[in-house]
Amino acid sequence: MKRLLLLGLGLVALLVAPLGQGTYVTYLLCSWLTFGIAAMGLNLTLGYAGQISLAQASFMGIGAYVTALLTLAGWPWLAAMPLAVAACFLVGLALGFPALRVQGHFLAFVTLAFNTLFFLVARNEDGLTGGPYGLSGMPRPDFGLLDTAQQPAFYYFTLAVFLAAAVLLWGIVRSPWGRAFKGLRENPIRAESLGLDTRRITLMAFAIGSAYGGLAGALFSPLVQYVEPGSFAFAQSLRILLMVVVGGAGFFFAPMLGAAMVILLPEVLRFTEGYYLMIYAGAVIVLMVVCPEGLIGLGGRLRDRFQAPRPRGDLQEGARP
Amino acid sequence: MTVPVLAVRDIAKGFGAIRAVDGVSFEVRPGEILGLIGPNGSGKSTLFNCILGQLTPDRGSVEVNGRSVSGRRPFELSRLGVGRTFQQLSVFPKMSVLDNVILAGQEHRGSLLGRLFAAPDAGLTAEAERLIAFFRLGHLRDEMAGALSYGQQKLVDAAMAFMAGPSLVLLDEPAGGVNLTMLAGLKERLIAYNREHGTTFVVIEHNMEFVMSLCTRIIVLAEGRIIAEGPPEAVRADPRVIDAYLGG
Repeated sequence: MKRLLLLGLGLVALLVAPLGQGTYVTYLLCSWLTFGIAAMGLNLTLGYAGQISLAQASFMGIGAYVTALLTLAGWPWLAAMPLAVAACFLVGLALGFPALRVQGHFLAFVTLAFNTLFFLVARNEDGLTGGPYGLSGMPRPDFGLLDTAQQPAFYYFTLAVFLAAAVLLWGIVRSPWGRAFKGLRENPIRAESLGLDTRRITLMAFAIGSAYGGLAGALFSPLVQYVEPGSFAFAQSLRILLMVVVGGAGFFFAPMLGAAMVILLPEVLRFTEGYYLMIYAGAVIVLMVVCPEGLIGLGGRLRDRFQAPRPRGDLQEGARP
Repeated sequence: MTVPVLAVRDIAKGFGAIRAVDGVSFEVRPGEILGLIGPNGSGKSTLFNCILGQLTPDRGSVEVNGRSVSGRRPFELSRLGVGRTFQQLSVFPKMSVLDNVILAGQEHRGSLLGRLFAAPDAGLTAEAERLIAFFRLGHLRDEMAGALSYGQQKLVDAAMAFMAGPSLVLLDEPAGGVNLTMLAGLKERLIAYNREHGTTFVVIEHNMEFVMSLCTRIIVLAEGRIIAEGPPEAVRADPRVIDAYLGG
């Protein structure tokens, strides 16, 4: 009941967030939701399934370029988006294969290399991607009754996609797949001995996480109406990783909170003028030192501190004769 | 003639110049509790890993219920009805006891895609609760497995091995690190499960008292070979076994 109330309050806050705000604030909110989707995908791959990926920005890039190219060619966004998502699903599936052989920091370097490769292709393949000048002028979706050309309308469109993506992910992590992803993260050898095909589920973790990156890219393209390689460089992947880690990897709401901290907090701190980035960096460092489980973990710790402990007197008793 | 639940034929595995397992063959009959003992370095764990697909033997074959499983991956063996426990603690620490046990059964239900659209518990809560209660862990159902004591985690590990209703369970040092009270409970539960379900066990164990009172037949390994085989009393009195353990 308490959770439902909180969820309801959150939804109301999301609905009223752009009211009375200027174009820039609404743009920031759209950006938060868009990166929130990319972070949701990485949270599935990393947080739930335990597979490190430093390539999420490249999937945003693939999604953004596919959407840009198709919408510039006259395709409606609703037709371009599924293709962008499917392309990322397939590329993510392929990127998952190295994860079957290498783990940990070795896998991190494989994905890092992929992100760099994508950046180089986007920068050098002028004929397709526009090279360093990128692509611009992508139209925003027009659904007849809802034309998203204006910022508030685009916000509600982004919010609808964000909520749909969140509900879908909730369904995935609540299904037996979610338990399988956690099993893969926590003890892959044991999970395999219990019948889990760890290869398939690893590939699925990469593919679905990457598809979410593609969806974020499909929104990023009409949001900014300009895509260029620098937006999807390795640093951007680190930023998305930061969102997941700061929010609390492996917790459902972590990407939303993490994206808010990474995108919105620096803007909130702008009143400190030249110090805002230093304060922001300091806040992130303190959070990670004090609570490596991120914002959600911090919330859990505070709740545990102020709530009476559950009775667990028999915990050490074990098998009673 | 009854088809053996497990047939190990001429398994050999070396690591460089060391022959860890050297031509081991044996069969396990349905409902039997077979103990596999031997001093440290005798090849027990290597043999286990060869049977379970975690190591590829240099030669030999393994059959489960008359079906060759050589070269199969561990998840395939599990789906063919082979459960196992591990020497080290092997639970999913950040999942509840109930989720640990459900995970042990869910991969045996339906297809990969089907499980995406299945109920969150894959319809296994009642079955998992029964098994948790069987191992007398009902009071710990919702606790995180990683928060339990060592012995309790061993019991969760055992419960997981039985969740999919295997015909054969390989237990790797189930008594290791478990206190005496809990050990008696574990033994009593394993015997009860064997009697109720007719499940076949192969047990690696160093705790002689535990293995002698649990198993119906014992195989003794030394330097990668079988040196003795028979009922517990006969094996206990076998001079070759005494020699292998005490040195000669």
